[in-house]
Amino acid sequence: MSMVFAPCLTETTAPTTHAQPAWSPYDNNGGTCVAIAGEDYCVIAADTRMSTGFSILIRNYSKIHQITEKSVLASSGFQADIRALQKNLDARHQIYQHQHNKQMSCPAMAQLLSNTLYYKRFFPYYAFNVLGGLDNEGRGCVYSYDAVGSYERSGYSSQGTGMQLIMPVLDNQLKSASPLVLPLQKSTTPLSEFEAVDLVKDTFASAAERDIYTGDAVEIVIINREGVRRELMDLKRD
Amino acid sequence: MFRNQYDTDVTTWSPAGRLHQVEYAMEAVKQGSAAIGLRSKTYVVLATVNKASSELSAHQKKLFKIDNHIGIAMAGLTADGRVLSRYMRSECINHHFVFESPLPVGRLVVQVADKAQVCTQRSWKRPYGVGLLVAGLDEAGPHLYYNCPSGNYAEYHAFAIGSRSQAAKTYLERKFETFMECTKEELIRHALFAVKESLQEEELSSGNCGVAVVGIDEPFIVLDPKTLQAYIEALDSGKDEMQTMEETGTDDRQSSQVPQEGTGSRGISVGASEDTPTDMET
Repeated sequence: MSMVFAPCLTETTAPTTHAQPAWSPYDNNGGTCVAIAGEDYCVIAADTRMSTGFSILIRNYSKIHQITEKSVLASSGFQADIRALQKNLDARHQIYQHQHNKQMSCPAMAQLLSNTLYYKRFFPYYAFNVLGGLDNEGRGCVYSYDAVGSYERSGYSSQGTGMQLIMPVLDNQLKSASPLVLPLQKSTTPLSEFEAVDLVKDTFASAAERDIYTGDAVEIVIINREGVRRELMDLKRD
Repeated sequence: MFRNQYDTDVTTWSPAGRLHQVEYAMEAVKQGSAAIGLRSKTYVVLATVNKASSELSAHQKKLFKIDNHIGIAMAGLTADGRVLSRYMRSECINHHFVFESPLPVGRLVVQVADKAQVCTQRSWKRPYGVGLLVAGLDEAGPHLYYNCPSGNYAEYHAFAIGSRSQAAKTYLERKFETFMECTKEELIRHALFAVKESLQEEELSSGNCGVAVVGIDEPFIVLDPKTLQAYIEALDSGKDEMQTMEETGTDDRQSSQVPQEGTGSRGISVGASEDTPTDMET
């Protein structure tokens, strides 16, 4: 009878070429983000260079945004989308605080971020996010995302143009916390806060050598029981 | 107020030129438990009488934070008040999203008033049965407004609404000229004294009243029961208690401008003039 629904195995369809668009709604402003979760702290870092094409736009632009008392969002990608995403999350957090009389926990914010990203599944935020903070027990947590909201909690993560240079180094130095190790260990690194910050500085200095979009300075935010602390370290400006 | 033949619909005028349904809505506010507001050059304080419907239940929430720089106290149908506060919060958040700056109180108050007016001109709606005392800060300083179910609003130095509010208003009328120079603590004391007037026989305690403060550089906060109780205890004992309270650090929210040798509110207001009766009627 009719073979309409049977797949035709012999015929191949010629691939259609999509015409080059005259204009793109997106731009990549470059940069790299890293986060490491410890027993009772979380380190979130991002370089401060904002670029477009092969040019530098700003040498001291912060990619890090503190959304709640205990969660900090670092995002690389298209900064206009990222700013809109940050404002969106801020507004949602305000509503949450009015309704629940308390701040959102980091895991809750992680889920909200995922939902917010997926909401724009068919015109995504060009944002590669790393959310870091302390969970309800005070342990460090790091969540990393793709552009449409797929996320995973892990002991450390990096995103952005320098990700490929940094991630293997973190995998090597934070072995036990690696999500690639099976059976899955505890998701926080046994490193001390000081050691973790040092490691972050080293990785950024290395990434800045080879990645043209990473440099100028690295902003490091550390959250622990006492609160939130900021450090700024210069990087190569070339 | 008595029934008459022109009060069935809010959209029906009476021959005397009145909308009775709107006036009945304002009655609902007068029946609710009291809410008081007063302001100085740097702070606005809101206080409410919290009446629990029975011994078993908790009391109604009448103080709401709208944004970091705005808060409200309500009297009347608190359910209507909750809905309005949700609207106000939403407006503040949206304004902040678009303009990255706080919504000026005056503008928010007008928006609420316009929303209330709509309900006085639709046959399928009823007026909101709640009066709002809106305390907020803008670039010009602190402000206190009253939003009426009729859709009217006005700015005040000090005001009281709800049942037995006249007693509080009398107190405020006597003392309001001193408010501008008051410190935060003195302002709270005045607010508590005004609440006391509304409570009449009942003893003031953190269980039957609520206080909220907003100030320049201080976001809107509803005082927690412990802090409130400390202020109440300080009322009777005068300034000595206030000093002890600061030393023991029971109140985290004490500002650094508390005068150590400052005179209590009673001291300042002796000899305050009572010439011009202020226009504080609805």
